[in-house]
Amino acid sequence: MSARNIFTRPARLAAIAPYGWMVLFFLVPFGFVLKLSLSQVANAQPPYLPVFDLGAGWQALVAAVSALSLDNFRLLLSDNLYLSSGLRSLTVAATATALLLAIGYPIAYAMSRLPRRWQPLAMILVIVPFWTSFLIRVYAWINILQHDGLLNQVLLTLHIVSEPVVWLSTDTAMYIGMVYSYLPFMILPLYATLSKLDPALLEAAADLGASPLQSFWRVTLPLSLPGIRAGALLCFIPLVGEFVIPDLLAGSDSLMIGQTLWLEFFTNRDWPVAAATAVMLLAILLLPLVIYDRFQRRQMVRS
Amino acid sequence: MEALSETTPQASAGAALPLLRIDAVGKRFGGFTAVDDLSLDIKAGEFFALLGPSGCGKTTLLRMLAGFEMPESGRILLNGEDVASMPPHRRPVNMMFQSYALFPHLNVRDNIAFGLRRAGVSRVEINARVAELVALVRLEGLEKRRPEQLSGGQRQRVALARAVARRPRLLLLDEPLAALDKKLRDSTQRELLALQRKLGLTFIVVTHDQDEAMTLADRIGVMNAGRLVQVATPRQLYEEPRSRWVAEFVGDINIVEGRIEARDAGRLRVTTQGAGVLTALAPRGFGDVADVCVAIRPEKIRLSQRAPADNSGASTINRLEGTIADVNYLGSASSYTIALDGGATLRASLANAARVNADAYAVGQRVTAWFSPDDCVVLDR
Repeated sequence: MSARNIFTRPARLAAIAPYGWMVLFFLVPFGFVLKLSLSQVANAQPPYLPVFDLGAGWQALVAAVSALSLDNFRLLLSDNLYLSSGLRSLTVAATATALLLAIGYPIAYAMSRLPRRWQPLAMILVIVPFWTSFLIRVYAWINILQHDGLLNQVLLTLHIVSEPVVWLSTDTAMYIGMVYSYLPFMILPLYATLSKLDPALLEAAADLGASPLQSFWRVTLPLSLPGIRAGALLCFIPLVGEFVIPDLLAGSDSLMIGQTLWLEFFTNRDWPVAAATAVMLLAILLLPLVIYDRFQRRQMVRS
Repeated sequence: MEALSETTPQASAGAALPLLRIDAVGKRFGGFTAVDDLSLDIKAGEFFALLGPSGCGKTTLLRMLAGFEMPESGRILLNGEDVASMPPHRRPVNMMFQSYALFPHLNVRDNIAFGLRRAGVSRVEINARVAELVALVRLEGLEKRRPEQLSGGQRQRVALARAVARRPRLLLLDEPLAALDKKLRDSTQRELLALQRKLGLTFIVVTHDQDEAMTLADRIGVMNAGRLVQVATPRQLYEEPRSRWVAEFVGDINIVEGRIEARDAGRLRVTTQGAGVLTALAPRGFGDVADVCVAIRPEKIRLSQRAPADNSGASTINRLEGTIADVNYLGSASSYTIALDGGATLRASLANAARVNADAYAVGQRVTAWFSPDDCVVLDR
């Protein structure tokens, strides 16, 4: 069989399908958002200008295109609110990802060391919170963290604190919520790489004089890097745009970019600025992905 | 580690103790006894093979020597020091793994240097030692490659270089050649032997391949069900098996059961089931048993179309009449199955000494199979 025949017609169609999906459900909607971000807010229905009307003729279309401008992006760069909320999003997401890694790695490691027959059960236990709605779980945390909530009651009963601690509407509460909600996304890819680790490699390391700590540092950790990268990306990217957790658990003195977007869209009814914020958010998120891709490609070339 | 490898084992332990003494070691997994009250001495510089079927406990024994399993009873004395409960990273013992267990994220150089770095050897010396080892296993030019970019034979050599890098007093090899194809295995066997002689190390190799054990080892310990059933040189093991199990496990052999009828002048006369009366050399120290079996290797049997004349007098050579039932041509030799008139079946192996197949026997042909009493081994049933 010649190499050309590998791609038969059905196979070619199947290869096109994911691209079709991306165009239809990502590229086309993103085109709308991009166009919206270049429009101006208007007291109208829909609440922006210009509106493309294909029925109004060529002249009208040219006029509409020339009416598009980068004004919204200039606003985003000039007003401190957007930059600071963007910056806060990045630092919060990075901090939460670091916390997730610090908590998730030992759990994933312990799971991979369990006897084989117990591992599926441990996996189910990690996934089981997903069976309850995300929103309900975050509200449950409000309940736990509030002034007379479970956490303060326990701390008071154990005499660890003498009066109730303010948890709610603090960054601590937000990080608790984030770590709790995103932990499975960190654990599962880590577990996947750690459970594939050949135990003979650790025996070889010990045989060659490496203490358990050295074996971890020189063998386990480097070999789990793909899992660390995947888990960190899976958590970091949605965390940057996270809206619900900071809105419900953090204070209102500083906003994450997702909250800013929400404010522009629903409170200010400024769809074009909201769209520009969304485009900026996407740009921020694409950056680490592009870097990651470059990194991986370079590694492939090297080996 | 440096200091230890420079003192000779004899000097530090006294002449009485061997390099390694395994003393009544036992290990169970749940209800399964993997190693059963096993004792063994191994001398410095020896190439020792542990041979046995899978599940006989040979790998468990090796893993206890490396420190990956803790024995439940007994002692493991290395140079007189009990290391039975010492963790693997403190033992002056290295192992070459069956899967090689090369670190996939490190290149050849770093794999070989791994043990030296952990031992705190200086950078200059590591460079020198690695270069020396790379040359020793002929991997020059491949230092920067990762394991996945190497062939099976190259990986095997990296694993070997890594295992000997720390100059262990004892090197354990778990099925070192099992993953190689036949041609490569033969050349690697020779290299392994040369390396062991050159470095003067003590090797213990675990294998299920008896040809490998025979070729490599000074002594072979045959294991079955957690016990050593015989420890001997390859020749003794093959020619003087001490039990029926060993005789049948090592090499190919014909076994007929029978009763001892008479003993005189170092000869036993055994009436067999299916092969008439056989004369056999009386083994030394054989107990007063009547029910025995007579074992004879296929290559010790000769065939002829007429019964050979016996010059030495009454029936000292065993002669059995029969018909060729099957012929297997194997290249250097042919294997003949002979249905004896007495009812038993005998296998004989004859070298194909001439290219033209003039004296080969055909199926259905009448033959006399004959062999010397000295070539018969009498064993307890």
